Amino acid sequence: MKARLRANLTWLALMVLGFVVIDSCEFTGLINTFIENMLVTIGINVILATGLNLIIGFSGQFSLGHAGFMAIGAYATGIITQTMATPAGFFISMVVGMLIAIVAALIVGIPTLRLRGDYLAIATMGAAEIIRLLINNLKITNGAAGLFNIPALASWATVYVLMCLTTIVTVNFIHSRSGRAIMAVREDEIAAEAMGINTTRWKLAAFVFGAATAAIGGSLHAAYIQTIAPSDFNIMASIAILIVVVLGGVGSMTGTFVAAVGLGALDTILQNFGTLRMIIYSLALILIMIFKPSGLLGTWELSFRRLNRHHLKEVTNHE
Amino acid sequence: MQTIGQQFINGLSLGSIYALLALGYTMVYGIIKLINFAHGDIYMLGAFWGYYVINQLHFNFILAMLSAMLFCALVGVVIEYFAYRPLRHSPRITALITAIGVSFLLENGMSYLFTANTRSFPQVIKTVTYHVAGLRISNIQLLILGSACFLMLLLELIIKRTKMGKAMRAVAVDPTAAQLVGINLNHTISFTFALGSAMAGAAGVLIGLYYNSIDPLMGMTPGIKAFVAAVIGGIGSIPGASLGGFIIGILETGVQAIGLSAYKDAVVYFVLIVILLVMPAGIFGKHTKEKV
Amino acid sequence: MSSPLLTATQLVKNFGGLTAVANVSVHFDQNELIGLIGPNGAGKTTLFNLLTGVTPVSSGTISLYTDHGVQTLNGKKPAQIAQAGLSRTFQNIRLFKALSVRDNVRIAMTNHYHESFYSCLLRTPHFYRTEAAMTAATQKLLALFDLTAVADQPAKNLPYGVQRRLEIVRALATKPKLLFLDEPAAGMNPEETADLTRLIRQIQQDFHITVVLIEHDMSLVMNVVERLYVLEHGALLAEGTPSEIQKNPAVIKAYLGDDA
Repeated sequence: MKARLRANLTWLALMVLGFVVIDSCEFTGLINTFIENMLVTIGINVILATGLNLIIGFSGQFSLGHAGFMAIGAYATGIITQTMATPAGFFISMVVGMLIAIVAALIVGIPTLRLRGDYLAIATMGAAEIIRLLINNLKITNGAAGLFNIPALASWATVYVLMCLTTIVTVNFIHSRSGRAIMAVREDEIAAEAMGINTTRWKLAAFVFGAATAAIGGSLHAAYIQTIAPSDFNIMASIAILIVVVLGGVGSMTGTFVAAVGLGALDTILQNFGTLRMIIYSLALILIMIFKPSGLLGTWELSFRRLNRHHLKEVTNHE
Repeated sequence: MQTIGQQFINGLSLGSIYALLALGYTMVYGIIKLINFAHGDIYMLGAFWGYYVINQLHFNFILAMLSAMLFCALVGVVIEYFAYRPLRHSPRITALITAIGVSFLLENGMSYLFTANTRSFPQVIKTVTYHVAGLRISNIQLLILGSACFLMLLLELIIKRTKMGKAMRAVAVDPTAAQLVGINLNHTISFTFALGSAMAGAAGVLIGLYYNSIDPLMGMTPGIKAFVAAVIGGIGSIPGASLGGFIIGILETGVQAIGLSAYKDAVVYFVLIVILLVMPAGIFGKHTKEKV
Repeated sequence: MSSPLLTATQLVKNFGGLTAVANVSVHFDQNELIGLIGPNGAGKTTLFNLLTGVTPVSSGTISLYTDHGVQTLNGKKPAQIAQAGLSRTFQNIRLFKALSVRDNVRIAMTNHYHESFYSCLLRTPHFYRTEAAMTAATQKLLALFDLTAVADQPAKNLPYGVQRRLEIVRALATKPKLLFLDEPAAGMNPEETADLTRLIRQIQQDFHITVVLIEHDMSLVMNVVERLYVLEHGALLAEGTPSEIQKNPAVIKAYLGDDA
């Protein structure tokens, strides 16, 4: 009980500290627009990648269509905030985006989650492309040109707070009866069924959960960048999120954070290299995969409760 | 009726390009269970090779295609050796990300070395259009269809009749057992990459001739479409890949012909999903149930 | 005569042209310990798979007797059948390998503790109470089966015999009325097997459940079970008490061949 409280307080302190550090750097001008952009991209990538990691790393279902759900959130915000350019409008748009993404995830997931491995990946990729092509051809979304001048209703602080919230919610989900049922499905579907676990239902739960958080990422993207187009949400966008997950370690939320930050920083540094940027990036990707095949952190997670226990053990050992 | 026939012919020629590409995906997947994301970019390399040897060295078409196949086979083997071989025992998703990395590297490397500009492919063969029963068929279309069918038959022969082909099939079924009976795993996998990449190289030269324009990013979309074709046909199955390629080619031109070109890709993906739901392992794929 | 728990009548399973189970009728009563024996390939595991819904039956009915009347299990999914009170282990151990021993057991309790979605996301006191209850129940089970020391280890790190034991504990955690054990002694030496047999007997008595045990080694089950079914070539060859089965000429022939 006490250990839990202490661990939770440590997390809270860490989150507040992060906010204060960024805020004071903003205040003193240490963070220019360029760096702020990087931080926001990192934050949005964390939101997207934790959701995808839940689907791939914890429920073991290979989804390659995350950008499709992100697009739904982005367009919900883009369209709604053009008539309701208030913070309330932004949050309404985010909720609407999540709801549509949930419905879309159910429509996609119920039939396709029966498929296995790469077949599921290719089916979800196809579904995301269908979503994107619909957006590309609808009037309300302004077709291939996309939406411009979306009201700037998300600041870095909005992204930061929502990043913390979605991460807390996702991690809470994983460390519960639901999360364990989902991992059981990943480990052995037949055994999970035999233990009374409705595998279809739990796979769908993870998939829908991931889709809803992807919609949040999309909303933030639209409200911060202020311009969106269907091509922002193509297969390559889904792959970019997948790269964050695999690079960090499939099944490690801490790894997702590390990879999102690392890739964001790498991208910013590489801006100076011009055309060589993508070559260095792809080489880095190949080399990291060859030398760290299970990702930067494997399945390791940072846990203050565990650290506390270790610490306690050491203290008692010394005495 | 005539337009249908016309679209069918156009669909077949486009489909044969997809089929050639899909063969490479299906063979590699069959043998090491890797979605070789860089396969579409090998096809791009083939097209660029063709472009240079025809323009600079004044190769004729046949020579250009054969040399492109050879070049791409070599590239495929080199990529497998450096990027995929070290990851043979790693999680499959890791190898997939590496393949994506290789794809980025080839696309951006080519853009860096030769600029990202689109260039027109030299027309080594003068286009002649024949009119048969009210249908227009160009000699290029016939050439594409002919070469594609010839290569597919050749491939089928190699896989069914040669010793290496038998080894490939054995490794695809069970790599460990294949090694126990004395099959050299590395050689077999290299050979598979060489064969698949050679097909992609041929497809690259043919598409250059057909569409007349090439650029470093040209492999991305056809690559994904060809993979979809391989999945539709049943990934791992050679006839499946050819069939899948033709299905997608005909579907695309057909949808375009009825005035829905904006939804062309959406229809392809929709058909893909429907086929997978009905046949979870594609048309010719074997659906294996786990034994309890 | 005890009251029936599960009856299966005229079960048939065809795989293509092959009949794996042909017209088999069995009944398992409350608080019974039953053996299911037969040579390799007799269809024992297939029968388990039919009864637990892993493979759908070609024809025949499976009925479960509950406090609320008779429930037909045909066409139900394995998860529903498990929720109805049928649990099992697998011939080739199927633990949740990467997860801890504790989580393996807690997962099996999923359906007995309800946390609402919101209580788990928002960490309400209700969430902590259910988690604590689940953990306590798990602790009790693990202690009972001598697994407390390895509770935090991933299941895959356990020695073979302990993995088998954990699989039984996991199946018990679903609070079954009927427990199917598929060759629990496979790969064990005679001493381990004897321990395991005693354990199974004890489980059946302490938990007041019905246990059905698959074995192809006849001698092993003889002194522990109350009743036996013998399968051969997918059909029921004999049924009876161990002493009846031992004297049954058809069984002797099936096990020892014509010359015996």
